[in-house]
Amino acid sequence: MSSVNTAKFSLITIAVGAVVMAFAHWVHVDYLYFASYTILQFIVLATAWNILGGYCGYVNFGSAAFFAMGAYSSVFIHKLYPLPVPLLILIGGIVSGLVGFGMGYLTLRLRGSFFAIATLALAVVLQTLVVNWDFVGGSRGAYIIRPEELEFAGITINYIEYLFGLMLLLTMIALVTARTIERSQLGFGFATIRDDELAAEASGVPTLRLKLIATTLSGAFMGMAGAPFPYYIGYLQPSSAFGLEYAVNSIAMPMIGGTTSWVGPLIGAILLGSAQQYATVTISSAVNLLIVGLMLVGFVIIAPNGLIGLVQGWRRKWRQP
Amino acid sequence: MDIGLLINAIAAGLLLGAFYAAVTAGVSISFGMLDIVNIAHPAFIILGSYIAYFFNTNYGVDPILISIIALPAFYALGAAVYQVYYQSFERRGQESLRGLAFFFGLLFVTEVSLILVFGVDYRYVEAAYIGPSIHIGIIDLPLRMLVPCVVSLLLFGAIELFVTRTFIGRAVKAVSQDQMALQLMGVDPIKIKRIAFGISIATAAVAGALLVIIQPVEPSVGREYIGRVFAICVLGGLGSMPGTLIAAMLLGVVESLTATFYGPSWAPAVAFGLLLLTLAFRPAGLLGR
Repeated sequence: MSSVNTAKFSLITIAVGAVVMAFAHWVHVDYLYFASYTILQFIVLATAWNILGGYCGYVNFGSAAFFAMGAYSSVFIHKLYPLPVPLLILIGGIVSGLVGFGMGYLTLRLRGSFFAIATLALAVVLQTLVVNWDFVGGSRGAYIIRPEELEFAGITINYIEYLFGLMLLLTMIALVTARTIERSQLGFGFATIRDDELAAEASGVPTLRLKLIATTLSGAFMGMAGAPFPYYIGYLQPSSAFGLEYAVNSIAMPMIGGTTSWVGPLIGAILLGSAQQYATVTISSAVNLLIVGLMLVGFVIIAPNGLIGLVQGWRRKWRQP
Repeated sequence: MDIGLLINAIAAGLLLGAFYAAVTAGVSISFGMLDIVNIAHPAFIILGSYIAYFFNTNYGVDPILISIIALPAFYALGAAVYQVYYQSFERRGQESLRGLAFFFGLLFVTEVSLILVFGVDYRYVEAAYIGPSIHIGIIDLPLRMLVPCVVSLLLFGAIELFVTRTFIGRAVKAVSQDQMALQLMGVDPIKIKRIAFGISIATAAVAGALLVIIQPVEPSVGREYIGRVFAICVLGGLGSMPGTLIAAMLLGVVESLTATFYGPSWAPAVAFGLLLLTLAFRPAGLLGR
């Protein structure tokens, strides 16, 4: 696998994406679209978190804020002049990316923990702003009427299938980006920051610039994941957009999967995401969040390198008995 | 501008600030002195609130008395948490990423557990001093704010005395400055840190009782305090107890003025603005080294 270059990997991703899309179209159950959309959204969030958290070692607790910013920029534009969703995704990405850049610029020159604390507080403040901002619905929330279907070049598509397709595309872009970073000079630069920032700085690595690139990219992807959300959910409330489940899941998923490679967040998001889809239906949603929290604590203590680390450990043992 | 309103807002802000100081005391020890980013501290405070609520409602005990009885239990809890933190993260040098995720998980697990046990309804306590007010001229001082203010100042005095006058307290200060030197003096830094972290969590019992006296509490209230607590801690200067007290008063007054003149729904944003300004212009804080 390691010899596969980016172009080949992109082709493989596109092939897998096409198969997923064709399979979903073949089954054609609306619930399946709804459930898989959520899982895809978590893959994007987890991958985005990992670009900063896993590669650079900087913890972002404000995933919910970046996600909500994408969602609310869509609501804002929808109220002014409804644009097509792909454009909204782009705008959401730009808004969240810029906020990520600003936060990073203010706090990343200090010790790493300040950035983490600032992101934690960011979620509270942005929620306060949105609650007080009547134009986007304030604390009452905003309704967005989702069209039933979409006319595109003479073909009519089911709207939820359209959203699902967009999220699938975004997932593919996020995964290819993460993997490309991992193997590029940028990724090596990130790794030096994670391993020993002082040494990196002393060896001439432009640490601040690299950290800012990571924060902006990571924030942008989170915003892009959030932009189609109002259309998906139909009624956006501050408490659902800033839900704690986004913050905790986007940390728990990479941590449980493994943070050093793009595969980790993918595996973590698929496992935790499907488990939660199942548990929310069968058990209560509070219990299912408790399980995620306990798994996060358990994994960081017992398996610091996540599932990938466990598998690598077993492989090594198996090769050298 | 109504001068009476202004004076009352400032008085209320000072009382609120003193309470914020009690909330921040623990973080000032753990984050300020031990460099442990315990973002789960507000969750422990809410736990303290619920313990006060539980014994107050069922047995009619005074909430502050309950919190004092609960001190040893919270101390033991803190010492245990530190032991896990040290063994799993600090010893391996992984505190920056996994240690933070650990505390975040703790915050989350505590909050969700409280929701599962007590539900999301607001809970409150009953005591003789909740309700009446003292009037001095045009100033209104509700006892439900004044009593927490006094308790908080006492707590602060006790911590400051402990840190400056006792051997262990000085060792705590030393461990924040030079762990190696402390080791050469024949003191085990891990033991000192465990004691200090235990004390930091013990303050959460008192802060929790004060919180539930001041306002009704539900499990997610703690999240509002994360921004406040760290803003105060950074603004005051890491590890400086007098700085923490001044910063807490300052935040209390600014929040109270904001709530009076712009509406209470804006108050949570004040702390964050203050935090960002501090980080941007004076990261060392008011009384920082």
